[in-house]
Amino acid sequence: MALTQSDIDRELAHIRESYGKARAEGAPAADHPPRDFPPYRSSVLRHPKQPLVAVHGDPETVELHTPVFGHTDITAIDNDLTVQHQGEPLGERITVSGRLLDSRGRPVRGQLIELWQANASGRYAHLRDQHPAPLDPNFTGVGRTLTGDDGSYHFTTIKPGAYPWRNHENAWRPAHLHFSVFGAAFTQRLVTQMYFPGDPLFAYDPILQSVTDDSARQRLVATYDHALSRPEWSLGYRWDIVLDGPSATWIEEGR
Amino acid sequence: MSERLAPTQGLAPTRGLAPAEGLAPSEGLAPAEGLAPAGKLAPTPSHTVGPFYGYALPFPGGGEMAPAGHPGAITLHGHVRDGEGAPVPDALLELWQAGPDGSLAGAGGSIRRDPVTGGFLGRNGVDFTGFGRIATDADGHWTARTLPPGGPAAPAAPYISVCVHARGLLHHLFTRVYFPENAEANAADPLLASLEPARRETLVATAASPAGTYRFDIRLQGEGETVFLEFR
Ligand SMILES: [Fe+3]
Repeated sequence: MALTQSDIDRELAHIRESYGKARAEGAPAADHPPRDFPPYRSSVLRHPKQPLVAVHGDPETVELHTPVFGHTDITAIDNDLTVQHQGEPLGERITVSGRLLDSRGRPVRGQLIELWQANASGRYAHLRDQHPAPLDPNFTGVGRTLTGDDGSYHFTTIKPGAYPWRNHENAWRPAHLHFSVFGAAFTQRLVTQMYFPGDPLFAYDPILQSVTDDSARQRLVATYDHALSRPEWSLGYRWDIVLDGPSATWIEEGR
Repeated sequence: MSERLAPTQGLAPTRGLAPAEGLAPSEGLAPAEGLAPAGKLAPTPSHTVGPFYGYALPFPGGGEMAPAGHPGAITLHGHVRDGEGAPVPDALLELWQAGPDGSLAGAGGSIRRDPVTGGFLGRNGVDFTGFGRIATDADGHWTARTLPPGGPAAPAAPYISVCVHARGLLHHLFTRVYFPENAEANAADPLLASLEPARRETLVATAASPAGTYRFDIRLQGEGETVFLEFR
């Protein structure tokens, strides 16, 4: 028997309640989703049950350094997803900008940000996406860029559509952009999703709701920024990305 | 470009960090918002890589880390399995390692793109970038060809760092591949030494044939669950 949205809602409410209680009793805020999150069904068999083993690295620890990307790894138009084909993609053109920072607020320079997304109809250019929404021959939905000296990044794309998935009956993902980000250390690696403000699907989505902490969840939602909108061209969204985890430079500073 | 963040200070909230809905960005910055108690910026939460990264993240030659024809190249391969032992066909592994000389400087050019066609050029065949990215196939299998990692200073043994992403995994996992012929170094390695033997085994690749081939399976959950790491 298929799970309904009310089944999922009950599970989510229960998890939120337990989290609220734990917080009231002094537990720290959870910045990341738990890997074991039953309302997201695919997580059930894919999370470790043993606790993670803590590593306190010295500066030679491999993970405190990071892969290097450079101008050979991107082409000049890779951050404009609207110019990759002969025609213009359908949809609402947007620009997405922000800064990549470490948790001390320092810009992460020259690192790789990759973006992928569904088209305006909510369909991925992926064979396994069987959502019967139209493909757009003028939109693939993949971009990449390197951050600037101030950690800034810029993408031009179109606003993706919401799409259904099979987690439970009538499950829909709110519109989102997938981001993959490298930091100043491999420990700071981040894969995440950016959402658009005011989406009515937020409350129903077990993936977004896997981030139980309200203020942490809010950090996944971009801000509409009128100053970033380009006249007669595109609407602007601002989304800063803050990376977690130590790096070799911190360890050295701490010596 | 106007910046709200004074980089030297490092504590001011960044522009766009959770301003209250409906306020202009300039009004919306609540100073406490987004700040962890220690005065650090609170991190952007992780999310799953999802099922549809396949046309975005993998690139041709992502597992061909060793320079073409390098006589010292090794083959590292294995399966990714879930809590029931079923293959995970939509996992993405990223490898990052020191070169044979122990250098962690890395090099650009892992993804090398063609400015003429917009396609992928593959690696330049000379530089060792230290980075690999491999999507598992329908059997949950992956293969990398790389150079053996050089050693960090004793007592640490050489290893390859692996970051595991998958549909269903809300936050990536880190593990490490150690090599069986470094038995002495492995025995002294602080991480390996801290693990009980059965768990420790999950981090050491198995030598296979032909020579230079190693097997490293990743079990996300259950019997023989791989040791996963967190960094502090
Ligand atoms: Fe998606």
